[in-house]
Amino acid sequence: MTAHDRANDLRDTDLDLADVDRHLTAIWRTPRSFWGALSTVDHKIIGRRYIVTAFVFLFLGGILSLLMRLQLSRAEARFIGPDRYNQIFTMHGTNMMFLFAVPVMEAIAVYLVPLMVGTRNIAFPRLNAFSYWMFLAGGIVLWAAFIIDAGPDVGWFAYVPLSGPQYGVGKRADIWAQMITFTEVSALAVSVELVVTILKQRAPGMSLDRVPLFVWSMLVTSFMVILAMPAVMIASTSLILDRLVGTQFFNPAEGGDVLLWQHLFWFFGHPEVYIIFLPAVGMVSTIVTTFTRRPVFGYLSMVMALVSTGVLAFGLWVHHMFVAGLPRLGESFFTASSMAIAVPAGLQIFCWLATIWLGRPVCKTPLLFVFGFIITFVIGGMTGVMVASVPFDTQVHDTYFVVAHFHYVLVGGAVFPLLGAIYYWFPKFTGRTMSENLGHWVFALVFTGFHLTFFPMHVLGLAGMPRRVYTYQPELAWSGLNLMISLSALVLASGFLLFAIDVVRSARTGPVAGPNPWGAPTLEWATASPPAPYNFARIPVVRSGEPLWDDEELCVATGLCVDRRELLVSTVASSTPQARESSPRDSIWPLLAAVAASMVLVWSIFTPWAVVWGSIPIAIALIGWFWPKGVPEDES
Amino acid sequence: MNGKIPLIFVIGTLAGCAGTQSALDVHGEPAVHLRQLMLILIFVGVTVWVIVVAALAYAVLHHRSSPIDRAARSDRRARFIVTSLVVATAVIIAGLTVASFYTTRLIDGIGEPEMTVVVRGEQWWWRVTYLQDGQSAFQTANEIHIPVGTRVRLQLESADVVHSFWVPSLAGKQDLVPGRTNTLTIHADRPGVYRGQCAEFCGLQHSHMALLVMADDEASYRRWYASQLAESLVPDQPELARGKAAFLRKPCAACHRVRGTTADGTTGPDLTHVGSRGTIGAGLFDRTRGTLAAWIADPQTLKPGNNMPAVPLTSDELRSVSAYLESLK
Repeated sequence: MTAHDRANDLRDTDLDLADVDRHLTAIWRTPRSFWGALSTVDHKIIGRRYIVTAFVFLFLGGILSLLMRLQLSRAEARFIGPDRYNQIFTMHGTNMMFLFAVPVMEAIAVYLVPLMVGTRNIAFPRLNAFSYWMFLAGGIVLWAAFIIDAGPDVGWFAYVPLSGPQYGVGKRADIWAQMITFTEVSALAVSVELVVTILKQRAPGMSLDRVPLFVWSMLVTSFMVILAMPAVMIASTSLILDRLVGTQFFNPAEGGDVLLWQHLFWFFGHPEVYIIFLPAVGMVSTIVTTFTRRPVFGYLSMVMALVSTGVLAFGLWVHHMFVAGLPRLGESFFTASSMAIAVPAGLQIFCWLATIWLGRPVCKTPLLFVFGFIITFVIGGMTGVMVASVPFDTQVHDTYFVVAHFHYVLVGGAVFPLLGAIYYWFPKFTGRTMSENLGHWVFALVFTGFHLTFFPMHVLGLAGMPRRVYTYQPELAWSGLNLMISLSALVLASGFLLFAIDVVRSARTGPVAGPNPWGAPTLEWATASPPAPYNFARIPVVRSGEPLWDDEELCVATGLCVDRRELLVSTVASSTPQARESSPRDSIWPLLAAVAASMVLVWSIFTPWAVVWGSIPIAIALIGWFWPKGVPEDES
Repeated sequence: MNGKIPLIFVIGTLAGCAGTQSALDVHGEPAVHLRQLMLILIFVGVTVWVIVVAALAYAVLHHRSSPIDRAARSDRRARFIVTSLVVATAVIIAGLTVASFYTTRLIDGIGEPEMTVVVRGEQWWWRVTYLQDGQSAFQTANEIHIPVGTRVRLQLESADVVHSFWVPSLAGKQDLVPGRTNTLTIHADRPGVYRGQCAEFCGLQHSHMALLVMADDEASYRRWYASQLAESLVPDQPELARGKAAFLRKPCAACHRVRGTTADGTTGPDLTHVGSRGTIGAGLFDRTRGTLAAWIADPQTLKPGNNMPAVPLTSDELRSVSAYLESLK
């Protein structure tokens, strides 16, 4: 070993904590400059951006829903015409699913998973930066199109032939299909990062049976994304090809098939629901553990429930097509599988109830949202069992009953836990605590507003009101309930507004939180709030599922270099340390690659030649991305 | 401009003729079986929810007095309870699955249909063709007459995009998929008007794509059938004759058929007996002379985006054409 090598091999073993901090900060920190902000690969900075961006889309989507409620508040209202209304409901669904619900869950995982498994950065951090820029670009493209009256108007499910070349005139359906590509690329990238981070970068001793349940849920979710998203990318790409170069994938007159679209879309679309729901389940388990002061009851069965939900989720897609005219036997199979998924869901509910019963619940805001989640989600689960039945579904399919059902599942099942999670992890994100007082108000407004808004929709659906109508006729006896729903939506909206106020206020002036304000047991609370750029000065060693509740002090591992970005790679099952692995430095190239890719995707809406010429800037960006820069990380 | 005031008046005061449209207010065999299943599922759902919420309330509110050393026993008890509840869930789910299969069998087993009607979904109306010896006997639009107590097989097709046929008081829905033919059997157990509307998003005027199923007693049905089979009435008044002449002279005849005249367009609804229908514009308004005139004068304001263009007519032509159409009983 030469002198130069030794100088480049400064380890944390012999240094005291202050020196370690000095060295690690120097090597891991993101420079406070515009350039630094654009080229950072710190998972915490990217995660924070991701979360904020996703919440911006939540509020934009919420405004759309208020516009819809305005138009539906009375029969044959003429506030919004059919053309604009169809764009609005398409945008609402597309925005909420692709730009809010999936990204926000991945965003929180991008921030938290590396902290929860005790590592210094996410795997493939430059890919992580790339995925955020792609997500942002996709969102901007979609909303820009909507603002210039070219927003998609074919529903978030874009059924052919309505979205095909013959009936979907203009570029609206193309915008939708390309937006899918943007967000899918970013979701796939994040999923790959999370799988690798979770399987290979866990702290020493965090064997699979000690992995926090939120991390487990993200592992299952990430595998689901990797398996489900390609189906919708095939679908949307085929649609673009049908529209752009006259392939006939979905044209029955030319040997194509209309139902093929539905199969491909729902093969993705149903797992999508669980891709949103499972992270929320992980959040609930985390919050329940902390606020009942005991480990979740039935850890193993919770993990099995997550895994079996993830598997079963791929066997349900046909229940979105029960009225399309499929063979009876097939329909029966999908009825049985759709109902069966209630068993793992029920198991989880019972385990949480047992945890609360056995523990000493402390009713802080996050736990209130968990209670709201259970009360609401069980209704959504029961209506889910109902729509899983073919005959039942023939009456409620595509009616407001289904609108009520999936809002119970997605808002009750995912957004309530998410709001609880924000209250819970806010101190970690910002170093400050949100207001407990306002939190109770937020919960009360969101919870009551939600039920007043969405419960009557069950009734409307049974009373014969179909979905996706921009108006209805006065003789149909739906006016009273619709007006009530529109007014209740204001209560719900005020809850979200108060939440936003609380977030902004607390981020500036909230009480300063220590490293572990809730006395929580998982590793993200073992470091400062907000964490230093390098996450942990020394990598913690884990001896149980709740390392911070162990009697003895948290042990740490040493031996990592402090003069280059380095993290610990360990074995998949037992998490025994295997190797030191360097972690890439900041780079502007992911941003440039995302700009080049976005350009091609948008350009290819107009001409197929975009793919040919556009591949040149992408190639340049990728070469720049991977070109060795002669930094220590490259050489190790 | 002078057309605007009556138009708004029409929008404000007239509405399509009402009919039952509810999955709970049922008058046909399939829908009755479906409501039975729905009530069972809703009952089970409510029961389960009440139990879970009660358990949650108990878990939160009870005050644990037991010291830590009793925790092991509680854990064992909890394990037992959770296991039993999971087994109970599986049993309930299995029971509901069987109930669902049983309902499907009941609906499939209501008996062979006795007649067939072809229903073709088009943006944004329903083309209804009655058959005689497998051939088209006559066409009508947005209105299906069926004899009470008769099982009617609907042959569902689509001319353009996916639509869905749904008359909740009679049966569950069934999609109309381009390139495929689906079928649905409906049945009404008493005379009445049953309203339905398209349930699959199909574009701009998905909201205004309604239809009426009129269940008539046997005698009325036969009368109606015979009258529909006949060619259109020949005008017996000068105004109606002027209206007919204007209809044939103007572009109307290019899209609409009136049997017994030279009007033989097939793009739009067959108007041979439009004066006998309850509504116009796919359930948009009750059919009166006033609504017919309003519709002809400005279809794009009444139903924005629909495929009927505004045909320039003088006010005299408008009056006589709408009178003529109104007379086509």
